[in-house]
Amino acid sequence: MNRERRSMLLSCLFMGLGQLYNKYFLKGIVLFIIELLYLIKIPRIIKGIWGVVTLGETTQKMNGFQIIQGDHSIFLLIEGVVTIMMLFILLGLYIWNIKDAKRIGHEMDNGKSYMTTKQYLIKVYDQSFVSIMLTPATMGVLFFILLPILVTVLVAFTNYSAPDHIPPRNLVDWVGFKNFIDIFKLKIWSKTFFKIGSWTVVWAILSTLLNYSCGLIMALMMNRKNIKFKGFWRTIFILPYAVPAFISLLVFRLLFSGVGPVNNLIVSFGFDKIPFLTDPLLAKVSLILINTWLGAPYFMVLLSGSLTNISDSIYEAAEIDGASKWVQFWKITLPLLLFQTAPVLILTFAYNFNNFGAIYLLTGGKPTNSALRYAGETDILITWIFKLTSDQSQFHMAAVISIILFIFIASFSTYQFMKSKSFTEEDMM
Amino acid sequence: MSKTKIIDKILDGLTYLGLILITLSVLLPLTWIVLSSMQVGNSLYSSSFLPNSLTLDHYKTLFTKTDFPIWYMNTLKIATLNMILGVIITTLTAYTFSRYKFKGRKQAMIGMLVLQMFPSFLAMTAIYILITKMGLMDTHAGLLIVYIAGQIPYNSWLVKGYFDGIPKSLDEAARVDGAGHLTIFLKIIMPITKPIVVFVALTNFIGPWFDFIFPKLLLRSADKKTLAVGIFEWISSRANDNFTQFAAASILIAVPIAVLFMYLQKHIVAGLSAGATKG
Repeated sequence: MNRERRSMLLSCLFMGLGQLYNKYFLKGIVLFIIELLYLIKIPRIIKGIWGVVTLGETTQKMNGFQIIQGDHSIFLLIEGVVTIMMLFILLGLYIWNIKDAKRIGHEMDNGKSYMTTKQYLIKVYDQSFVSIMLTPATMGVLFFILLPILVTVLVAFTNYSAPDHIPPRNLVDWVGFKNFIDIFKLKIWSKTFFKIGSWTVVWAILSTLLNYSCGLIMALMMNRKNIKFKGFWRTIFILPYAVPAFISLLVFRLLFSGVGPVNNLIVSFGFDKIPFLTDPLLAKVSLILINTWLGAPYFMVLLSGSLTNISDSIYEAAEIDGASKWVQFWKITLPLLLFQTAPVLILTFAYNFNNFGAIYLLTGGKPTNSALRYAGETDILITWIFKLTSDQSQFHMAAVISIILFIFIASFSTYQFMKSKSFTEEDMM
Repeated sequence: MSKTKIIDKILDGLTYLGLILITLSVLLPLTWIVLSSMQVGNSLYSSSFLPNSLTLDHYKTLFTKTDFPIWYMNTLKIATLNMILGVIITTLTAYTFSRYKFKGRKQAMIGMLVLQMFPSFLAMTAIYILITKMGLMDTHAGLLIVYIAGQIPYNSWLVKGYFDGIPKSLDEAARVDGAGHLTIFLKIIMPITKPIVVFVALTNFIGPWFDFIFPKLLLRSADKKTLAVGIFEWISSRANDNFTQFAAASILIAVPIAVLFMYLQKHIVAGLSAGATKG
């Protein structure tokens, strides 16, 4: 048997043995210790898997005044997911360990001498630059993005919700696809879901279109040749973009509230108060208009840039052909601008689709509507999810809606990405 | 005068009218809040566009009788740390992805791309439980970890796109001259990529001033709160009593941020469009 086969088998037997056999001591010992650590933790690994499979078996009990702690289903779920992630990491390491042993064995069979630890350390530093650089990001992404997403996805398949399934008082159980069926079939959920969902789409489309067209009008006005004080207008127009959005939103909330100055003014003229933010339809209109106030300046800046990029010669040629200014705008300016800014439009749509701040700070989803489950008239999906999570503890449904929302946004962004430059460029990947 | 000239004049007039109308709609709400912050008394009910007399008392109260200074310092601290740590981690990650070939690179990049589409607050329940389990509940460290981790996928992609645009021959030339990995990164790459780094720094700095989902979720005690949460609570609970106090606080938050924004406007717009086209 040659060295290659032997080192491979040894590394299969126990991580690091193959490396030790070939006198790669540092690497071998590190790998050996890693497997040892996992072996010591076997009881915890088993408990982790038991936890994610059963979500706990003992309910919390009262013994007189003393509370006997039961299993905390959600902690068990998280521990289980972490355990499974750790096992995947081990699997990856294990496979790499075998491949590495094979490679080293192969090299030594072919007469290459092994490196001393010092040589090896130098080589490791050189090669490990990549892993050192990526470690913080990897840890952050694994534990604070991927793990929460996995847990959210799993929660969608449980009954984790108030009032009967909130740990540590009660256990949570797996319920399969029940929540996904409920949200489409169960009247009270489906009605809310479709109503809120369609308003979310309308809101996102109208907001985006209005932001864009108002921004375009502003950019065109600024771009006219005879206009004076361009810098002055520009500075003022950009203000709504510069002031923190949450401040402007709260200011508008007060300005248009029932006792706010706008209504005071209306009353002082002898008219009735206008329920800007409390009438269902009017509140929606106000929301979209106020959002335009906030969003149009960005498009103004972006589109003025694009406008100056369109070369004058195109307009001169059109002029010679006798095209009027009006025709020039519709046939030259607008198509070119749309072509250049299409990705931004899509991004803005996705942003408004999840524009939590605008809705939550202006109306908080109000006015209320008892026909809707835990939602108000102006709630969009994301604010509904927030309410379901933080106020109502309906975590299972919040998770289901999050998943649906994610699929929707992801398909949108994927489409946009496929069209973008970076994807088609060979070098990127 | 010819016909086209008359039309031109009319259009000019309409444009000025439009400009003035927009100016009014921008300035009126802002002026109202500035004047309100100096209005005598503190109720929203009695507020009008033009108060009779002006005072600076509310600013004084803000610093002597409320938690405002504590919140301000908290937010400033979180924003600064988020900016520094976020920029370091993001640029290092992006640089590695842009310049080094390694196993699993493509998979990692696609993974990041998918993850950046998932707004981190969609997973807020899980994050809440996780932070509780780690014993980081009601600490700024917990909030910071969530912020910094949350921005990695999107910003790394953005910055990587920028790095890709810089010719690799620059790195190679430096390597031939004997420069190490970090030296190349710090001395050669960072200076050229200043615009995008400024953009990431700025968005990371400004984020904590705006966000109030996570502070609301993860911070409990009054002396740990950030500005957005504190101020929102003034308005959502007793808007009428806290109104002028809110107005004064708004000015103190909005002015520095707006100035910073105006000053760095070009970088912001460039960064946003880069994000849009690079995907």
